[in-house]
Amino acid sequence: MSLLARLQSLDRRWIFLLMAIAVAGPILWSGLTGKTPPEQPTDAARRVLKVIDDLPEGSRVLFAFDYDPASAGELQPMATSLMRQCAARKLRIVCIALWPLGGNMAQETIAHVIRADFPSLREGVDFVNLGFQAGNEGVMKVVLTDFTKAFPKDTRGQAAADLPILQGVRTVRDFPLLVNVSAGYPGSKEWVQYVVSASEGSVKMIAGCTGVQTPQMYPYYPGQLAGLLGAIKGAAEYENLLNGVMGGDPAPKYLEAQRRMAPQLFGHLLLVGLIVVGNLIQFMGRRGTRA
Amino acid sequence: MNRQRLTWIVIGVVFAGLLVVRGMTGQGLGRVYVQHEDVAYAKVETKSAQGAPTVAWKRVAEGGVADVRWQEWSAVPPKAWFEAQAKDPRQSAITLSWPRTIGLWLAAFFTLAIFSFLWADNVFYKFAEATVVGVSAAYWMVIGFWDTLVPKLFAALVPAVVQAHVQPSLRPVDDVQWWSMALALVLGGMMLWRLAPRGGWIGAWPLAFIVGVTAGLKIVSHVESDLMAQGLATMESVVAVVPGADGATDVGASVWGTLANLLVVVGVLSALTYFLFSVEHKGLVGGTARVGVWYLMITFGAAFGFTVMGRIALLAARFEFLFDDWLWLIDPNHLRA
Repeated sequence: MSLLARLQSLDRRWIFLLMAIAVAGPILWSGLTGKTPPEQPTDAARRVLKVIDDLPEGSRVLFAFDYDPASAGELQPMATSLMRQCAARKLRIVCIALWPLGGNMAQETIAHVIRADFPSLREGVDFVNLGFQAGNEGVMKVVLTDFTKAFPKDTRGQAAADLPILQGVRTVRDFPLLVNVSAGYPGSKEWVQYVVSASEGSVKMIAGCTGVQTPQMYPYYPGQLAGLLGAIKGAAEYENLLNGVMGGDPAPKYLEAQRRMAPQLFGHLLLVGLIVVGNLIQFMGRRGTRA
Repeated sequence: MNRQRLTWIVIGVVFAGLLVVRGMTGQGLGRVYVQHEDVAYAKVETKSAQGAPTVAWKRVAEGGVADVRWQEWSAVPPKAWFEAQAKDPRQSAITLSWPRTIGLWLAAFFTLAIFSFLWADNVFYKFAEATVVGVSAAYWMVIGFWDTLVPKLFAALVPAVVQAHVQPSLRPVDDVQWWSMALALVLGGMMLWRLAPRGGWIGAWPLAFIVGVTAGLKIVSHVESDLMAQGLATMESVVAVVPGADGATDVGASVWGTLANLLVVVGVLSALTYFLFSVEHKGLVGGTARVGVWYLMITFGAAFGFTVMGRIALLAARFEFLFDDWLWLIDPNHLRA
């Protein structure tokens, strides 16, 4: 059997094995050496940092966790960094979720960032988790007219209207910034369509989303979206920028996205190589058939 | 014994052997430790912002007067256990958590079971798949009942009953008219009629209601946020004037910005032309449509690239879990040293 014929009938499991090596190798390298590949931040990630940085201390931020553990590998690093910057800037963080497990992701992020590194922040005063509400776009329409009607209590059972952090909040327009980390529907696109557009510019929004969603979200940037973190690359860029601003040696948990860029690099190189080789084999096969 | 079964047995034996070796070297593998804490809360009568009497729970210090007490178990990094054991081998503040350790091993097993499909369809994959389907279906049923039916429907129809017997922490929303929820209940019942052998047409009415409401919501939001806002953004000046750090125009950035704007305008017009099917695609229209096709192809390529990035990120996260949490081969978060 010729080399061409052998390549044309190559068992796809060799490709899986190559991909496993391309992804696992850099993880082991990064895990053992602690090194991460360099990052060159794009304008979209710079703007995310700037939008949060420009808010006056004590401003309220509505943080929507619209994802679940299935997408945590891609989205958790950006949620961690976004919450870290908000907490460091002494903004008041109100967490909500339109995905059933989003409330748990918010709780985990709060434990991971606020309780671990900002212990002086008080629950109900400086941050709160209002948990999950069913209703998708329905909830978005309600927060435009009555915020505490959509989220009547926090995850501890305290009435939202009694929480110091929500005093003076009538609608979503009372939050100068909406931060959304989303894995699909309902998520960033719906927040732009139902809340940002309807608020006529009074609600600024930054979004962090999965790779699958990113091409759909780019048309909204920089008009309807003030900043955009696209997939793990966006998360790594933002993480790198934030670590630079915060100074000092960042804790390993604040390098998660950058660590995941090493497998990205080799995985993509392999895929590009496979596409080129696959096309060459296809063309050579066609020429052979014609001849 | 066929070749495939033999392959599976060989892989299984080699893998189990490697696990045993890994377990007997270094710090071992796959264990979760927990630390327990006594928690006590006291009931405090208070008033809400509206002046209504309400109950709040305040955490009390150890030894204080409390109405409820319990123990909380929180996971700690293995290095906390190593340090505690080094100080006092008989300590019991930090202990091995069997339930969490079994959970960790189950997670590793299911990850490998799903990966095994890449080799070939097999019983481990089928078991993992069936478990995911079963757990997801049950989970969505529970969410549907406790997060939708109870707080939104039953709480509006029979608030006192729900508060007394089902969800004491429920806070009824005053301005929800009970009859509007009763109407929703009736529509829900009509929808279920589709399952009855006769009168299936009754289910068409609530379906029509849902389609109408959804269409209304979507049309308004799409016109507002996509058609109008995106259209206006495309109609802005093509020439970009980007100010530099010193306040003067940054020529380089302005040229790039202008080129980017031009690309957007050309892309929108050419892609729209491609979807103009009432005119034959030849001459100027055909050429423009061809440019539109190129734009579409680049868009699909970018979408594919982003999808690959997303999938590799998820794969990397699973590998990290296997190498770090389970096998203890790497320790990027310094949890063990």
